[in-house]
Amino acid sequence: MTVHFKNVSRRSVLKGSGAAMGLVIAAPLIGNHVMAAAMGEEGLTKSVYLSIDLDGTAHINIHRVEMGQGSRTGLPQIIADELEADWDRLVFEAAYGDKKFGDQNTDGSTSIRKNFDVFRAAGATARMMLEQAAANEWGVDISGVEAKSHRITNKATGKSEDYAHFVAAAAKLPAPEADKVKLKSKADRTFIGKPQQNIYMNDIVTGSSQFGQDVRREGMLYAVAARPPVVGGKVTSFDKAAAMAIAGVVDVVELPTLTGAPVFKPLGGVAVIATNTWAALKGRVALAAVFEGGANAGYDSADYEKTLWASIEGKDISHLKRGDCDAAIAGADKNYEADYYVPHLNHAPMEPPSATAEWDGDKLNMWVCCQDPQSVQSAVAPFVGKDPRNDADLASIHVEATLLGGAFGRKSKPDFAVEAAVLAKHAGKPLKMVWTREDDMRHGYFHTVTAQRVKAAVKDGKVTAWKHKAAYPSIGSTFNPAANAPGGFEMGLGLVDMPFECENLQVDAGEAKAHVRIGWLRSVANIQQAFAVGSFVDEIAHGEGKNTADMWMELIGSDRKFNPSLEVTGNDPSNPRSPGYGNYGESLDRHPLDTARLKAVLQKVVKMSGYGKDMPKGRGIGISVQRSFVSYVACAVEVEVSDSGELKIPRAWMAVDCGTYVNPDRVRAQMEGAVLFGMSIALYGEITAEKGQIVQGNFDTYELCRMSESPFVDVAIMENDAPPGGVGEPGVPPVAPAITNAIFAATGKRIRRLPIRDQLSV
Amino acid sequence: MEFKVNGRAVSYSGDEEMPLLWYLRDFAGLTGTKFGCGEGLCGACTVHVNGSAVRSCQTFMEDVEGADVKTIESMAQDGKLHALQQAWADNNVPQCGYCQSGQIMQAASLLAENANPSDQDIDDAMEGNICRCGTYQRIKTAIRQVAEKS
Repeated sequence: MTVHFKNVSRRSVLKGSGAAMGLVIAAPLIGNHVMAAAMGEEGLTKSVYLSIDLDGTAHINIHRVEMGQGSRTGLPQIIADELEADWDRLVFEAAYGDKKFGDQNTDGSTSIRKNFDVFRAAGATARMMLEQAAANEWGVDISGVEAKSHRITNKATGKSEDYAHFVAAAAKLPAPEADKVKLKSKADRTFIGKPQQNIYMNDIVTGSSQFGQDVRREGMLYAVAARPPVVGGKVTSFDKAAAMAIAGVVDVVELPTLTGAPVFKPLGGVAVIATNTWAALKGRVALAAVFEGGANAGYDSADYEKTLWASIEGKDISHLKRGDCDAAIAGADKNYEADYYVPHLNHAPMEPPSATAEWDGDKLNMWVCCQDPQSVQSAVAPFVGKDPRNDADLASIHVEATLLGGAFGRKSKPDFAVEAAVLAKHAGKPLKMVWTREDDMRHGYFHTVTAQRVKAAVKDGKVTAWKHKAAYPSIGSTFNPAANAPGGFEMGLGLVDMPFECENLQVDAGEAKAHVRIGWLRSVANIQQAFAVGSFVDEIAHGEGKNTADMWMELIGSDRKFNPSLEVTGNDPSNPRSPGYGNYGESLDRHPLDTARLKAVLQKVVKMSGYGKDMPKGRGIGISVQRSFVSYVACAVEVEVSDSGELKIPRAWMAVDCGTYVNPDRVRAQMEGAVLFGMSIALYGEITAEKGQIVQGNFDTYELCRMSESPFVDVAIMENDAPPGGVGEPGVPPVAPAITNAIFAATGKRIRRLPIRDQLSV
Repeated sequence: MEFKVNGRAVSYSGDEEMPLLWYLRDFAGLTGTKFGCGEGLCGACTVHVNGSAVRSCQTFMEDVEGADVKTIESMAQDGKLHALQQAWADNNVPQCGYCQSGQIMQAASLLAENANPSDQDIDDAMEGNICRCGTYQRIKTAIRQVAEKS
């Protein structure tokens, strides 16, 4: 099937094709996600997500970006389902950045869960208007007609007409009130819950898809930059003449120096502008730029680890306190204690960041592999003399999100787009900012570095206390230099929401100051926090001579829905503004923490993997489970460890409960991918700093798993009617602890420090 | 210098030390060949030179004089997908898709040399091509599917 893909900015093409007379879906239906957009001479108000031409062609405007997670296929499936559409008569359009589209930040595994209801309503409203138009024409009640695959049938006579026949009449009807919109029953679903091929498939396999790095404009220049290797550093000298002497180099320009909190600002340094990328790269070498380090020049990962452990020993910042852990530990029959360490990580998307900017008078057009075109607008504005709080100024920065060659959180930070805008303005020509692999590796917004100490008390064969402390630089430091300890939003990703019923539970944080830009990476603090929790459950199980699955069941306890906010330190649950448990931005009524669902996915992977069966020497299965992004995922991993310590992972099993799912094939793909992502974290992931500079540069020093390491992954999707949960991120957290637990099962060697790398060699 | 790109004769007179990658992307506008690492470590830039898979970021202009260069854009013929492209689509292989041009070009070279590769042969041939999204399992399935049909 060929998919016709258009950018909304080419909307004018449609104006002359009869679209103006077509059906558009009234805005109020979609509430505050929609602003009425007057269509000029057409005089119609359209939904920002759906419109239908007189020939029945339905335009679906997708406001979220595509980075491999499948949102730009899943979101249209939701509308198509309620619209009763013929998939071949859909045109997919990619929205530019504009707040009228609602939240476009493609981050936090939100695209489906935050838009499911809105997109269903948009599709259902259009279907009902078409049905009403048919009912009117045939003189019957709306219940006497039925829409199916772009046609409406008169149930009494059997007469049937294409949607195209009713569009003009439907467009003159009032939209049904929001509470009158009839959604289809689950049994009647045609696209939701059914596998659907990626709308970009043909473009991807033929090489014609356009990623940020692939943008080309007439007369375009290319830029690369030498940036300060230490965050907050400054350039002290560079050889402009040498760079200019390289054939193809047209200019050498200093970038604005970073001051204050990093946010999404450029890092500074010197850019080389050339007529092609190669010339710019050569020019950068010739530049021989020299930098001074600044305040972070002393950052050294080996030393910093000592600082983190000192923080673990030091002041406790309370996040949750239930009962009295210290008393339980003092009176225990047996105590457990373990320290876990997870280093900095980098996103390393296959496509390094890139942005293209082209000025047209005071108007700026941009094509960016960004996760949020609106944050590009607001990040760019102050650097090009525009006011980010002024709507007209923001509108004068037109940002189209290209396809993203992976992102994992890196491309929500559009520092690279700001560079492109500034340099294009200076050059007076269209300009593409190219980041190389080394640029991306050394100038990332790194996943934080974490030390954790966990203690547990066992009395009469029961775990009576779990005391957990974590110290790591906060993501908050990227926005507020005063933030010097993990925030509640981070401690709520696997610690404060720990599902354990034991009578004594304590979660504390330790202070830690940031010296690099700290960012969010696929599943964020769940990475290190699920690693510690999942490992420690396994440690207690082995210590108590129990099966780890049974240990989890015992710790989780009864089937219940619980509210961590009630126990969050300093929270006043009667005050809605009081900072409690964030629950990934969802209400606890809609998305409770449901221990029955958590236990069910765990039991599922136990069954799939045969966990608990006897394994030959050197082989073992490990398990772990985590609720994150309001979905539940359990992972089992089988490992083989040779006598010389060589690790193989032949198989992995994932059980996911993401509530109602839209595209099961993409849910499976995300789980398969999460296993590889988690494996790369567990086996190899480590970013280190020396003298404030990142040591790693490319895939030789920051390794990722390759084909021969790839296990066969078996995925089970749980069936239920819960609202949709996240899919892109929640597969990652349980993978690393499942691997290290499997290694323990196979060898008796406990890995408490990531990455595993050569810890198994003997 | 003269050489061929996707069957078309082209000439080039610039810096001979420039990697072929930048010729393809910046000069010829063939952006299906991707820039991933610039060091021959990831395989995203894989193309065929005289029928063999090479990393275009490690192949320099001076090396392609008189050569026959083929990129992902040449794989589909007359609107019909190459068997590997079709297998990629049938198995819903891509996630973000960025590495897949290189993966397909590498797999095509493998099958040209070995029509019936073992799993070990596939691992060996594809080891240089990183997929950060983790689509390896489906890539393997797609390659096997084409091998079995041939």
